[in-house]
Amino acid sequence: MYQYRRFNNKNGFFQKFGNLDYVLLTCLLILGFISLATMYSTDGGEILFHTRSHFIKFIVFFSMMIVISFINIKFWFSLGYFSYAIILGMLVWTVNFGITASGSKRWIDLYFLNLQPSELMKIFIILFLAKYFHRMKTQHVNSFYAICFSLIVIFVPMSLVMIQPDLGTSLLIAISGIVVLWFAGLNHKYFFYSCLLSIISLPIIISFLKPYQKLRVLTFLNPDRDPLGAGYQIIQSKIAVGSGGITGKGFLKGTQSYLEFLPEKHTDFIFTLYSEEFGFIGSVLLLLIYAIIIYRVIRIGALSRSYFAKLFCYSFGTSIFIYVVINMSMVLGLLPIVGSPLPIMSYGGSSMLATMIGFGIVMSAKTHSQQSIA
Amino acid sequence: MINTNISDSATKLNSLNRRMFILATAKIIILGGIVSRLFFLQVKENKKYLTLSDKNRIREWKLPPIRGEFQDYFGNTIAGNFEAYQLHIIPEEVEDFRYVIYRVKELLELSDKQFKKILKKKNEIKPWETLIVADNLSWEKFSKINNHLYDLNGVKPVISISRDYPYKENFTHVLGYVSQANENDLLTNENIKEKFVPGLKVGKTGLEKSFEQKLIGSNSVERYEVNAYGRRISQLAFQKGDKGETIKLTIDTKIQELSNDLLKEKAGSICVMDIYTGAIIAMHSSPSFDPNSFVFGISQDEWQLIRNNPMKPLVNKSLSGNYSPGSTIKPIVALSALENEIIKPDFTVQCRGHKNPLELYGQTYHCWKKEGHGFVNLREAMKQSCDTYFYEVARRLGVDRLSVTAKKFGLGQKVFKDVFDNEKKGLVPNTEWKKNALGRNWVLGETIITGIGQGFIQTTPIQLCLMTAQIANGGYKIYPKIVANDDNQYADKFTPLYKKSRNIKIVQDAMFSSTNEVRGTSYRSRLDDPKYRFAGKTGTSQVKKITEQDRELDLKTFQIPYEERDHALYVAFGPYKSPRYALSIIIEHGGSGGTVAAPLAKELFKLIVDRHEIRKNYDNKKYLDI
Repeated sequence: MYQYRRFNNKNGFFQKFGNLDYVLLTCLLILGFISLATMYSTDGGEILFHTRSHFIKFIVFFSMMIVISFINIKFWFSLGYFSYAIILGMLVWTVNFGITASGSKRWIDLYFLNLQPSELMKIFIILFLAKYFHRMKTQHVNSFYAICFSLIVIFVPMSLVMIQPDLGTSLLIAISGIVVLWFAGLNHKYFFYSCLLSIISLPIIISFLKPYQKLRVLTFLNPDRDPLGAGYQIIQSKIAVGSGGITGKGFLKGTQSYLEFLPEKHTDFIFTLYSEEFGFIGSVLLLLIYAIIIYRVIRIGALSRSYFAKLFCYSFGTSIFIYVVINMSMVLGLLPIVGSPLPIMSYGGSSMLATMIGFGIVMSAKTHSQQSIA
Repeated sequence: MINTNISDSATKLNSLNRRMFILATAKIIILGGIVSRLFFLQVKENKKYLTLSDKNRIREWKLPPIRGEFQDYFGNTIAGNFEAYQLHIIPEEVEDFRYVIYRVKELLELSDKQFKKILKKKNEIKPWETLIVADNLSWEKFSKINNHLYDLNGVKPVISISRDYPYKENFTHVLGYVSQANENDLLTNENIKEKFVPGLKVGKTGLEKSFEQKLIGSNSVERYEVNAYGRRISQLAFQKGDKGETIKLTIDTKIQELSNDLLKEKAGSICVMDIYTGAIIAMHSSPSFDPNSFVFGISQDEWQLIRNNPMKPLVNKSLSGNYSPGSTIKPIVALSALENEIIKPDFTVQCRGHKNPLELYGQTYHCWKKEGHGFVNLREAMKQSCDTYFYEVARRLGVDRLSVTAKKFGLGQKVFKDVFDNEKKGLVPNTEWKKNALGRNWVLGETIITGIGQGFIQTTPIQLCLMTAQIANGGYKIYPKIVANDDNQYADKFTPLYKKSRNIKIVQDAMFSSTNEVRGTSYRSRLDDPKYRFAGKTGTSQVKKITEQDRELDLKTFQIPYEERDHALYVAFGPYKSPRYALSIIIEHGGSGGTVAAPLAKELFKLIVDRHEIRKNYDNKKYLDI
């Protein structure tokens, strides 16, 4: 009790301000700047809708992150279950009353903005599970009840997103959840067996896929089977990246994107454009920035006192890592095309919002690193 | 309790940190994988993808090549290029297409049919492709459009280059004409296929077709950066193509024009040739048509008019008209007989007129002259064109020996080899040919009528001209040419075609008498001035067998239906003192050669001899320039 009070007293506003992780903040700002420059390039070297909108979103959500970081981590801990329930409710709402765009219902109309709840779920599922396992005793983690419960927690939002349909995001939600399970100490053998099971059942799963998804898998295996149709995206994406070379074609000089050969260049394929213009050096630099960010997030977790903060930071950092890896592997032709944005770089408010909330909570863990949670 | 709590959280934290460590290692490995993939794509395979990217973004546009010109001997352009005023619209650049197109319709006074055609064309092309609204506007309409441009947003007045034939119908059959390339042109000519652009015009007949390879030139190429939808973004390069070669012909436009004038309203042909070089001075087939009407596509009405004309304007009669040579063959018959020593010049035959015609195996063979010519020797027989004399000579000579001489002098084979694709071979019959082609034996009666150029024998006007030229030059082989710098070297050029040159002299003299002595068949068409004097041989070839009834009626030409009238022929060379030019004239269904064809030769020789001086001076001057 004494300890608690002592540290509590120290947590004044200026103290918190000094406790912010400035390396992480700087990296995020650099990333934001890069993403704005890239967005400017996708607009053809003019400040048009995407650049302006991305700029506003980045400023608003970045400020929001700062605000979040000043709120005690205990508050976020207490919000764990409730926020999950809210997002789940939104997902149900989306399924029924969502806005249909290009064949899938992903957005809900909040009058001032269109929100994609599935993106938020990627963060709040971590929050939920981190809280869930925070309280749990070690011997209970591998209990049948705990496993079943956490699987249900993962499976419900996942299936709600799946029926939108949005395979990419639902997989990312599942991965975020599983990452928490892994850190919580779930027995390795479960992961091993489920991996084995999913490999065995892969052909069956493929047979259940929608025709366009099957096509994506086939296209991944051989992009040249339909270069102007299904394989077009991946071929053009590889051409863009490959033609970038070591130093790139130069800012605003990426012919593939400028001449509209690149599909989805604002969102999922933004790395392609960046890589075309800034080349191998630029791409490695971007990867480095992501690596530093993830390292800082994990470091914050390592320095945190509470189990919840540790679990959240590790899981969030790992999730960000996985999003980046999946997105890049996809545009580099290492994975089939699934819709997965590149955190902060890709255009999209909901994704940016979710990511920034995540970083905010991480930053809150930093500023309240000595805070213990009962 | 507290104790267990602490130890429990310690194990939890331990497990957490251990797992973090495992995952961190995995992360580094995965990151390495991504970097190596980037390295592979961007550094190792960079060249491949750079090429692919350029292939993506750079597209070439070919522009129509500029066609080479044709010039006459004196360097006058007889087929050139002119600036055609066109109207282009790029539909996507027009804000209100409907308004603009209706406004254009109003200004150009387009008919509904034309207008519908344009709208149909518009629907066939992509919105950023050029729609050609009008391809050859008059200057008035073009300037009218230019004056209203403020009102016609997106309409582009364009000056493009197109074929022009300034002498209209004069050179039609020599040059042919150009028109839009069709599928067949692309299939048969690789070169056209390679250089094809929409609207490309290629030669359809005549020299325009034969010299397509040289004339076509090469495309100018515009290299553009394009976007994924194929829209041009910016021009990267402009590679100028070469204009096609200019081809200079041996033809003298003045003589060609005179030929056209002389044959006005008639169906026929005039060929004029240099007897030493073989250069074609004029070659005209009548009636002709204006090749300019084909350049932008001929209207259906005009086409039907040309196609259905009974005088057949589409046929190049000089090259593809097969005619019985009639009496114009007689110099060859005489020469052949002399060469084979069948007769001597003083060999005499009695021509006894229609009352006592030559009779062989129940067939009668009449001379053209009712009263008969009496006793005639070779010179007299040629002069008066006595048929009876040549029946007898042919009978003695036989068709095989005759055909050898005729072929030697260029009958029965293509004069220009492959230069014109529509040239006909004609036919010089012999016994073997008939047996092979018709499966029947040659009969003597056929030899007899071959002696006066009737029956199976078929010649083209250009062959008759060549034959005359080779007699005129003293019996030496020449190769006719129509392209001035035709540098084909033939080994047997100027080889003698005779055994005794005296025989050629005899025939030349006989032809002289026919034109310049009293009772000669073309005496009335003679030119007395020695400078212009020429020698010739008339011919009247029957289209239809003359029946006994016809002979009794003895109708005048104008009383016979057009299709049944005789073809009038005339071959000549001059000036007689030192021959330089030979010509052949044929007028289809014109009547007798002496009255219809020979007078044209008189007109022609007057001009030909005068032009010869100019031609010679032009040559000399040319050498001086060098």
